[in-house]
Amino acid sequence: MHPDTIATNLRASPTPEPLSLVADDVHFAYPDGHVALRGVTLRIARGEKVALVGPNGAGKSTFMLQLNGILEGRGRIEIAGLPVTKRTLPQVRARVGLVFQNPDDQLFSPTVFEDVAFGPLHMGLPADEVRARVDRALDLVSMAAYHDRQPFHLSMGEKKRIAIATVLAMMPEILVLDEPSAGLDPRARRGLIHLLRSLPLTMLVSTHDLAMVRELFDRMVIMDEGRIVADGQTDALLADRALLDAHGLEAP
Amino acid sequence: MMHTHLLDRYREAQSVIHRLDPRVKVVVTLLFIVSTALLPDGAWFAFALSFILVLSCSFLARLGVTFALRRSFVVLPFALAAITAIIAVPGRPLFMWQIGGTTIIGTDAGVVRFLSILARSWLSVQMAIVLTATTNVPDLLHALRHLRVPEVLVAIVGFMLRYLSVLADEAARLLRAREARSALLANRRGGGSPGWRARVAGYMAGQLFLRSYERSDRVYNAMLARGFAGRFLAINPHLMREHDWWALAVTVVALTVVQLAGQGFPPG
Repeated sequence: MHPDTIATNLRASPTPEPLSLVADDVHFAYPDGHVALRGVTLRIARGEKVALVGPNGAGKSTFMLQLNGILEGRGRIEIAGLPVTKRTLPQVRARVGLVFQNPDDQLFSPTVFEDVAFGPLHMGLPADEVRARVDRALDLVSMAAYHDRQPFHLSMGEKKRIAIATVLAMMPEILVLDEPSAGLDPRARRGLIHLLRSLPLTMLVSTHDLAMVRELFDRMVIMDEGRIVADGQTDALLADRALLDAHGLEAP
Repeated sequence: MMHTHLLDRYREAQSVIHRLDPRVKVVVTLLFIVSTALLPDGAWFAFALSFILVLSCSFLARLGVTFALRRSFVVLPFALAAITAIIAVPGRPLFMWQIGGTTIIGTDAGVVRFLSILARSWLSVQMAIVLTATTNVPDLLHALRHLRVPEVLVAIVGFMLRYLSVLADEAARLLRAREARSALLANRRGGGSPGWRARVAGYMAGQLFLRSYERSDRVYNAMLARGFAGRFLAINPHLMREHDWWALAVTVVALTVVQLAGQGFPPG
């Protein structure tokens, strides 16, 4: 091929939209032999907000723990182009903001400030930058007044917000939330929905709360028995009664 | 939702003592305890001076003069372990007991030793109570870390304080669940045998252990997810100000006076 043609081709091909998450054929079995993931393939574009639904034991949480290498299975995972390997784990963990289901597991420091500062401190940022990030993160979740509080004094909804702030302070590429609305009263849940809508971040959110999914997420991925069984427009999937029934889901 | 606040020893208030740098408070408390431990038996005047120091700290901290005294009674049972000193120290016999074939003799020096041990432990505990009442847990942990207490120890204390209330809530839920099903029929003896009940209690303790163990796994995962690499990092928010240095100086002088008084008036 003539060099000019190659150059033209290069120019002509549009630069691909950067993908926040690429997962290719991810398999995983727990040490006790339980097979949790049987080939999960998923792509999430930057800025996309995706809901991950499915019955308990479908492998949602296991999949989420693969994304920053806490569990390591077979297959390929890339976060914003960076493959997840042993060597890249520190950078990967700075890019994936993983919020666990139980905020008591996530908030382990004596004060809210220290907990939110934990991630930025481990990224080696200077003290001023750490403080600025903590203030910004707490502002984003409307918890600025809780700076010096101790986590065990907080309500469930407050803890969830702080838990989200702990990863926002790391300015992640993708926010990964495990059942964020579980255990919240209606008002706290409403607040959480507003919060998630206002955050301009790529998101993967596992949940049983299909009403929230319909309100918040355009794209929905259904997992069952370690596989992705459906991936598409939320409205279309929620209208497919047969599909929902087959995987133990109920339209809201 | 349950809230067990086992560890809320801290009393929110605005006082000279509350505003002191926590490191100063920890050091002052330790100096006080060492000083008290060094006082010889029967140095009643020095013990009294130390007691006045505790009282003035309580007063300055606006805790109420008898605050520490009232809370210190919990340690009395432990101090009673020293009661054997009465019969173990040689001296002028005061009384005698005949138990079986052995004679137990209480001596005057023994009584003095016992009361001195009681006074020392009591005073030390009161000062520690003032410390925990005027310093909240995060500040206390910072102070320990900045005083070069090994990181791992501080982390263990920190996790314990953070999760003890979570654990207590879990235990309370287990107990409540057992309560809810501990039913009896109107005309039937129930409740099971003591052995069976002990086994149930054992299972519950095991449950609690397993839950804590699993939780520790999840907490560690949460730490890993945010970049934990084996070291605890913190920003230093503490600054020694003028009144901190003053507090330290006053303590050193006061304790020197106590020591002079104590060593100058040996017993007998």
